[in-house]
Amino acid sequence: MTLRDAEPALLPPDSNRRVKWWNSKSFDVAQFVALSGLLVWLVWRGAQTMDYRWQWHRLPQYFYEVIDGEFLWGPLMYGLMVTIEIAAWGMLLAMIIGLVTAVLRLSGSFAGRVVSTVYLEVIRNTPLLVQVSIFYFVLQPILGINNPIWTGILCLAFFEGTFASEIIRAGINSVPRGQWEAGTSIGLNRTKTYIYVILPQAIPLMLPPMTGIMVNLIKHSAILSFIAVFELTTEARNLIGDTFMSFEVWFVVGPMYLVLTISLSTLVAWMERRIRRRR
Amino acid sequence: MIDSADQETVIVMTGVNKWFDDFHVLKDIDFNVRRGERVVVCGPSGSGKSTLIRCINRLEDHQQGSIVFNGVELGAETKQTASLRAEVGMVFQQFNLFPHLTILENCTLGPMKVRGASRAEANQLAMEYLEKVHIPEQGEKFPSQLSGGQQQRAAIARSLCMRPEVMLFDEPTSSLDPEMIKEVLDVMIELAETGMTMICVTHEMGFARTVADKMIFMDEGRIIEEGPPEEFFANTKNERTKLFLGQILSH
Repeated sequence: MTLRDAEPALLPPDSNRRVKWWNSKSFDVAQFVALSGLLVWLVWRGAQTMDYRWQWHRLPQYFYEVIDGEFLWGPLMYGLMVTIEIAAWGMLLAMIIGLVTAVLRLSGSFAGRVVSTVYLEVIRNTPLLVQVSIFYFVLQPILGINNPIWTGILCLAFFEGTFASEIIRAGINSVPRGQWEAGTSIGLNRTKTYIYVILPQAIPLMLPPMTGIMVNLIKHSAILSFIAVFELTTEARNLIGDTFMSFEVWFVVGPMYLVLTISLSTLVAWMERRIRRRR
Repeated sequence: MIDSADQETVIVMTGVNKWFDDFHVLKDIDFNVRRGERVVVCGPSGSGKSTLIRCINRLEDHQQGSIVFNGVELGAETKQTASLRAEVGMVFQQFNLFPHLTILENCTLGPMKVRGASRAEANQLAMEYLEKVHIPEQGEKFPSQLSGGQQQRAAIARSLCMRPEVMLFDEPTSSLDPEMIKEVLDVMIELAETGMTMICVTHEMGFARTVADKMIFMDEGRIIEEGPPEEFFANTKNERTKLFLGQILSH
């Protein structure tokens, strides 16, 4: 029996006869509609008083164009692709950096622990924008990277790698000690125990917080517009420079990020449920 | 004392000492196990009995003395250690089944990943041992779907699938309900009848009387009494042992 089933019996008999109108579902929805309407009206009126000329009709061409029967993606779609590319590579690298750091921290090696601790403290305690600048202006020429997109991916991966390492460490630590012992007692060596016993149990625990990292990578990739990486935010800024449609462009770019991050969270939530169901 | 070169001796511990930081857990342990021998180790908690058997399959290191298993001295962790462990089965108080794998997969993991058996071979072997522990119908289930007694029997089958030479039991019935203890002990008695070399840490004195060839009593890290069960129960020499047996047998 759920709590909801128990409620009517617990309340005095007359109180559940009728739901008061201000507690009704339709009033709830009406409140939401009114609030949203108010917000839209405020923006519209603000634009009106500053004599802003809305030009929504000019926007679709920056998504795609058909010229002489040929289909072409517009700058906003290219920007979106680059953002996805940065997030995907960044995620992969952040996971590798995080795994290495976590294993180093969990290892008995003194050098390993010092290296990982210094890395974590330095990255965590400096602003991301400063890190991006150091990667772009100092490390890029030193390492001879000739494409700023890789400088950006590397920088974001090192930044998010700190969070990934914490998540991986916590995930591995949350698998009970007895699982290690059981794995070892049937003759699995350390690596095989990790692969077949520890990680399969730790990964479902890591998935939800890892989504957070992926979402952060998508969001933080906007900072790379600072170092001439042509991702979504850079394209948006360039577009505004060309067309002066700042309201329309930002109103569209914001939701583009939202669609990306929310569909990602939904996908991972679905994957998580699938894994859990196997238990 | 039996000569360590004796073919029939599987485990020889000589002058073994172990510390957990400042705490001296094992003190000058001399201990031999012959092939096919069934040893029951008892003693109050903290007496070092679990640590003793965990040293045999290297879940713990010892700092002094020597432990020889099948003529091979056990020392620091080497590549060999993992293969040596495969020869020693271990059953834990908390079962420690792999919760993400089915009972069958729990049993086939070792044979496939350590011994390199094919899936078909490993499945056949696993079914054979699941039948021996009387749960062949549970193979497709996950550990959480089984009762405690069934889980512990599955854990025994998982160890047996490695075809170990020695089976170690670390208080296998201590976390079970009374009615489940019997089903696990019955499986252990059946296993003893097949001639398996067994070292059991347990307080089940009825089981000890039925199965043991040798009783060991430990207190404060030392073996203070050792002998065949008839002698051990009938005329206990040591005062500490008498007190302990009095306490657990009065129930």
